[in-house]
Amino acid sequence: MKTHRINFTLNGEKVSIEVEPSDVLLDTLRGRLGIKSPKVGCDRGDCGTCTVLMNGRTIRSCLALAVEADGADLVTLEGANTRKWTQKLQVKFHEKNSFQCGFCAPGVILSATELLEKNSKPTIHDIKEAVAGNLCRCTGYEPIIEAIAETAKGK
Amino acid sequence: MPITAEFEYVKPKDMDEALHVFSLYREKARALAGGTDLVVHLKEGLAKPEVVVDLKGLPELGGLALNGDVLRIGALVTFSDLIESPLVKAKFPLLLESALTVASTGVRNRATVAGNICSAVPSADSAPALAVYEAVVLVRGLKGERRVPVAAWFTGPKKTALAPDEIVTAVELKLPAKKHAGCYMKLSRYEGEDLAQGGIAVLAFADNTYRVAFCALGPKPARCPKTELVLNGNKLSEKLLEKAADAILQEVSPISDIRSSKEYRLHMTRVMLGRALQAAVARLFGKGPKYGTENIA
Repeated sequence: MKTHRINFTLNGEKVSIEVEPSDVLLDTLRGRLGIKSPKVGCDRGDCGTCTVLMNGRTIRSCLALAVEADGADLVTLEGANTRKWTQKLQVKFHEKNSFQCGFCAPGVILSATELLEKNSKPTIHDIKEAVAGNLCRCTGYEPIIEAIAETAKGK
Repeated sequence: MPITAEFEYVKPKDMDEALHVFSLYREKARALAGGTDLVVHLKEGLAKPEVVVDLKGLPELGGLALNGDVLRIGALVTFSDLIESPLVKAKFPLLLESALTVASTGVRNRATVAGNICSAVPSADSAPALAVYEAVVLVRGLKGERRVPVAAWFTGPKKTALAPDEIVTAVELKLPAKKHAGCYMKLSRYEGEDLAQGGIAVLAFADNTYRVAFCALGPKPARCPKTELVLNGNKLSEKLLEKAADAILQEVSPISDIRSSKEYRLHMTRVMLGRALQAAVARLFGKGPKYGTENIA
């Protein structure tokens, strides 16, 4: 198959690689670029653990072809500390013991980052809706929702 | 999971180039917009195209705008675009309400309305709203453009009226002239991200006429003309709701599957129709639940 040269920004740095049409973005990030925060979970868009920011919006990197990243601005948790809310969220998640195994954490943090960037005064309904696509099997969501609510309130 | 199938990838720079690829490859070409269905199908071997045609380089497929009383939703418009549009919120709140029930934010940021109706699964959340707004699907091939009413769009489970050498360019919705309000009632196993066990959309008009459509309660999303006939010309009453519920059971044909039994779907069809009608009529008079909240069946 014909390979494609793609150029994009990854966590603020320029990247230029050759990809095959069938390469999945998640696999390319993890396998070739050493970006391990997005995880392989359900691998079909349901669980949210592969979440990355593409042009400022959360997407499922398991459902994107690598070739689609051409020209995009990609941010993964590794590079998200430049976003306004990410570190504040991380501190609060830590304080609230929001995660146990941590497998969902990168996706949850990025989904919460996107939420607060768009809406800095979310209701509990908004928060639940924002993380509804990030499955957590450990903590039952309550400490995750509380941490996001308190981060927004600046507590 | 890697994709084991091999295919070429093209990203046409103009419409003519795109249409030539589809004309040449026909069934062996697959359109890529949000990819939230296509990539799953590629991984699972359900789609085996020779070429994947990325439509995101075609500016004429973008755009969400009201021209006169017609809302044009370009084929690349995502569910998040709909949800964030003040225009949609103000003029087509039922569309907003149904968009909010689609999957999750991370999926809605990529998934398109056009893709939803091209995938044409029986549970397509956008379909009942499009049906009651009497949407028209604009498709284009080398031979020209066709306008397909959404009522003729779905031809079976995962089947549509789209020819193999055509692509969808936009979906158009006409703003109803009469005063109206709507409701999309979705039944799912839990609030949040789930496919519909059943969905019913209602538009209620100030002159006591109604439009009703469903998804996931039959092999394809559809309008309910018999139910509308029972309702039309009448004010809502408990008796009328009973009659309408009897009528809609003649129009749905749900199956038992992993999400629900047939019997439960039939029972909930009655319940959802009643709740959707009551919510729509309440909204008509400025009451009822706010669009997009607290009205999950």
